[in-house]
Amino acid sequence: MASKPSFSTEISNLLYAAHGNPINSCIQCGTCSGTCPVANYMDQSPRRLIGMINADLKDAVIDCNTYWFCASCYHCTVRCPADIDIAGVMYAVKRYSIWHKTYSEDLVGPQFSAAFVKMIVRSGRSYEPLLAPSYMTHFGPKEFFQEVVTASKMMLKGRIPVLPPRIKRLENFKNMIRKIIPLGESS
Amino acid sequence: MKKFAYFPGCSLEKMASSYHKSALETTKVFDIELQELDDWNCCGATTYFHVDQLLAYTLVARNLALAEKEGLNLVAPCSACYKNAYFTNAYVKEDPDLAEHINFALEEDDLQFSGSIEVHHLMDVFVNEVGFSAITEQVKNPLSGLRIAPYYGCQIVRPRKNGEDVENPQYFEDLISAMGAEPTNFPERLRCCGGSLIMTSRVAALDMVRVLLQNAENNGAHVIATACPLCQVNLECYQATVNEEFGTDFNMPILYFTQLLGLALGISPKNLGIGIELVSATPVFSKLLPKEVN
Repeated sequence: MASKPSFSTEISNLLYAAHGNPINSCIQCGTCSGTCPVANYMDQSPRRLIGMINADLKDAVIDCNTYWFCASCYHCTVRCPADIDIAGVMYAVKRYSIWHKTYSEDLVGPQFSAAFVKMIVRSGRSYEPLLAPSYMTHFGPKEFFQEVVTASKMMLKGRIPVLPPRIKRLENFKNMIRKIIPLGESS
Repeated sequence: MKKFAYFPGCSLEKMASSYHKSALETTKVFDIELQELDDWNCCGATTYFHVDQLLAYTLVARNLALAEKEGLNLVAPCSACYKNAYFTNAYVKEDPDLAEHINFALEEDDLQFSGSIEVHHLMDVFVNEVGFSAITEQVKNPLSGLRIAPYYGCQIVRPRKNGEDVENPQYFEDLISAMGAEPTNFPERLRCCGGSLIMTSRVAALDMVRVLLQNAENNGAHVIATACPLCQVNLECYQATVNEEFGTDFNMPILYFTQLLGLALGISPKNLGIGIELVSATPVFSKLLPKEVN
């Protein structure tokens, strides 16, 4: 009889099959955690996160900030002696948390990604000023001020676009996206 | 005359316009034409892949299909655009199922992609298409005395492509030597700049920038050379914030490798987009380089 797949199976299913070995071939050596430039800021190191996925500790995995703090630099991936695409695993957990809306509300990452993708779907191009609200609303007064100063300096040097760019064949582009992901008609 | 389809990417329109300018100027010297793709779309950076993998590959494939239609190989100056284009191209070639899904969507824009092109980073064009000896021959103002830290960053070297040395690449150092400058030792040259974490995980990202600046300074660099607009913006535009947060005193110019190469080739600083930096390189240049360079 068919049973509900375990959390580790669900995550494995979100990995593109051509990349690396399955997550359960992890030998817990810690090369990924030693390599990761963001590990100090993660609730759980990459090694622990993979162990937790393999142990099906779904809630603990989803609740931690680790996968949203991954910058996708692939340093762990190229060094993994078990040839697991660890950055790819982080992407898979990100997708899982976005689809299930299970990420912690304090995290900026998922909201930034959602704002970014919405922007592309509407115009085909990236426009930095449109993204600012998705992360700046999380800032305290000091960070907010720092960010405004940085942006103003860049603007004075002509490095921030005034008008949002858009591609020419935007309707075709939107239809193309609809063939992959049906968009709600409200957008 | 060698011609490539050129995918500038969103950053090069404004934020990294100096990379765009200097890319066009320096390739021209070697009789290479970068023909901008008509109506290209954003490559998705890392964020499409946070939402849906098939959507991400499809959006990247639209640009590849535009290049294929022109019968040209694709060049991307941004390391993140390059990585996305390189791997999408590779996966379409090796996975007929993925190709079928992508082409089903591309039909909406009257496009098809068969995977018949090659994808290069702009640096790859100089290293492998032009070659170091041809570069040395064209150098008019050797940048002697200038100590440049070669900052590879992540996506230009990782994930691993065919047979690539991901632990100890040397081509950036060799390119700097070809300019007549001195590549500094830079142990953290392959360490990530934080990418978009500067927006989403600010404290972590600022610390990552600090580590890189400190490492370059400790090794005597006058300037850091980059090959990616995100690295450039993180290291340069957030330098003042890093100084404020960590009590450091960095004043390290961060230039695109094409800007430095352009100076060595005798192109005027203005045509290389020099002058829109937040950390000016002029004090370093006027101290070290002959008048005709700056």
